[in-house]
Amino acid sequence: MAETRQAALAISLARVGRAVVELLEEFGYYLALVVESCFWVLLGPSRRQPVRLSAAVQQMVEIGINGLPIVFVLSFAIGVMLAIQGIHTLKQFGAETQVVLGIALSVTREFGPLITGILIAGRSGSALAARIGTMVVNQEIDALRVMGINPVRYLVSPVLIAMLVMLPLVTLFSDFAALLGGAVFCNLELGLSYAAYWDQSTGFMTTDDVLQGLAKSVLFGIIIALVGVSNGFAVSGGAEGVGKSTTRAVVLAISYIVLADMAFTYFLNR
Amino acid sequence: MNAAAAIEVSELVTHYGSRRILDRVDLRVAHGEIMVIMGGSGSGKSTLLRHLLGLQRPTSGAIRLLGMDITASSPAELQDLRRNMGVSFQGGALLSSMTVAENVMLPLREHTALDEQTMQIIARMKLEVVNLGGFGELKPAQLSGGMIKRAALARAIVMDPKLLFFDEPSAGLDPVVAADLDELIIKLRDTMQMTIVVVTHELDSAFKIADRITVLDHGRILLTGSVDEVRSSSIQRVQDLLNRRPREEEIDPDDYLRRLTGG
Repeated sequence: MAETRQAALAISLARVGRAVVELLEEFGYYLALVVESCFWVLLGPSRRQPVRLSAAVQQMVEIGINGLPIVFVLSFAIGVMLAIQGIHTLKQFGAETQVVLGIALSVTREFGPLITGILIAGRSGSALAARIGTMVVNQEIDALRVMGINPVRYLVSPVLIAMLVMLPLVTLFSDFAALLGGAVFCNLELGLSYAAYWDQSTGFMTTDDVLQGLAKSVLFGIIIALVGVSNGFAVSGGAEGVGKSTTRAVVLAISYIVLADMAFTYFLNR
Repeated sequence: MNAAAAIEVSELVTHYGSRRILDRVDLRVAHGEIMVIMGGSGSGKSTLLRHLLGLQRPTSGAIRLLGMDITASSPAELQDLRRNMGVSFQGGALLSSMTVAENVMLPLREHTALDEQTMQIIARMKLEVVNLGGFGELKPAQLSGGMIKRAALARAIVMDPKLLFFDEPSAGLDPVVAADLDELIIKLRDTMQMTIVVVTHELDSAFKIADRITVLDHGRILLTGSVDEVRSSSIQRVQDLLNRRPREEEIDPDDYLRRLTGG
């Protein structure tokens, strides 16, 4: 009896150990990808293998610009939702007008970057994994390598640049959309004018609040790029493998974003 | 160029996990020669090709392409060598996000400083060589299987490489299209003096294009010789392959029992 329990314990310990090793391996891979991408950005030109600006711009359009409509709609809705909840809560203290403060801070510090991160992970993280995964399956990555075109330089560096540039910009856009949502609802519900709403919001907010949100979004951008790309490169087993990796990329990216958000917020507000 | 072989593989040993895929493979391909690597499924011929292309690192042994050992070379040296190599993959491996012409231009764009118009003219010329003139603006998804292979060939030869590799050029093509492609391979060697390595299991195509044939089986080289030498070979496995006879493996009873019982 004791022996079987020991054996079971050993097995579960081994399983935990393997999981930890796999996790470390994955993070090591992420780190290597970042280092290699930066290497090509900095030293590519001197090795006659520059990272193409046009490829980065194309990715920026794909990741950022094409995602703006959906970011606007969802951020606006979040703003409205925050206003509804805020007014409902604050009514109990007769302090409805303080809702503007709540909206302004929670949008810029939390909801703007978070909703942007999650949306872009869903839109572009999955697309990235699917695109690179399909290229692996079709031997396109092998073809790039034998043509002397480094796949990390050609495919990963532009994506990383695009994410680093676009995530903060889209987050800023999301901040405005959410504030607008809050403003519209407050205008309808409390009769607060848009000018007064804007004055109050900017009065409460400090640059730090906005910067904190933008700093987070940079981190989210790196997470989305790395998780998407690495899951793409890890594809094996044809079309089914592409599907699995795409799902994994989205779920992992969103999970990492939420966890990183928590950790980041904790350390920044100590 | 010196008298050394264009491709020289010596004592190549490779593993997949703990399984040995290639076992002390030796291979020499002379300049301007068409070498066909033949073998059944699982013979290790695709693995050999991946190593020739420098896509994998062997366990031991040396692979010299144009005099350079790619198992010991730096990334920059390998990079330079790759300008002299063209590869036509089994499925074409054209980048699906680009048009055919852009695919063909890709190596030029990445490795040369030519202006756009010159690159376009070169790409069109290469597409004419493979009889795809006028198809440059299409996407790979709009092409037939044979056309994709020819487009991939145009991309492979756009830098006028000294070495050209084919992975299963006639797989999945109808006999007429496959024969066209064979003609094209011979034409390329004759007009451009390329050294060509073709990996295939198609006998007709192999006999038609080969100067010499290497037969691979279970990771070992059974025989390297001219078409006639291969045809008249007395080696049983070679004749089995040529006559499409199923392999008769002798079963060791002890071994068999051990496999069944999982011991």
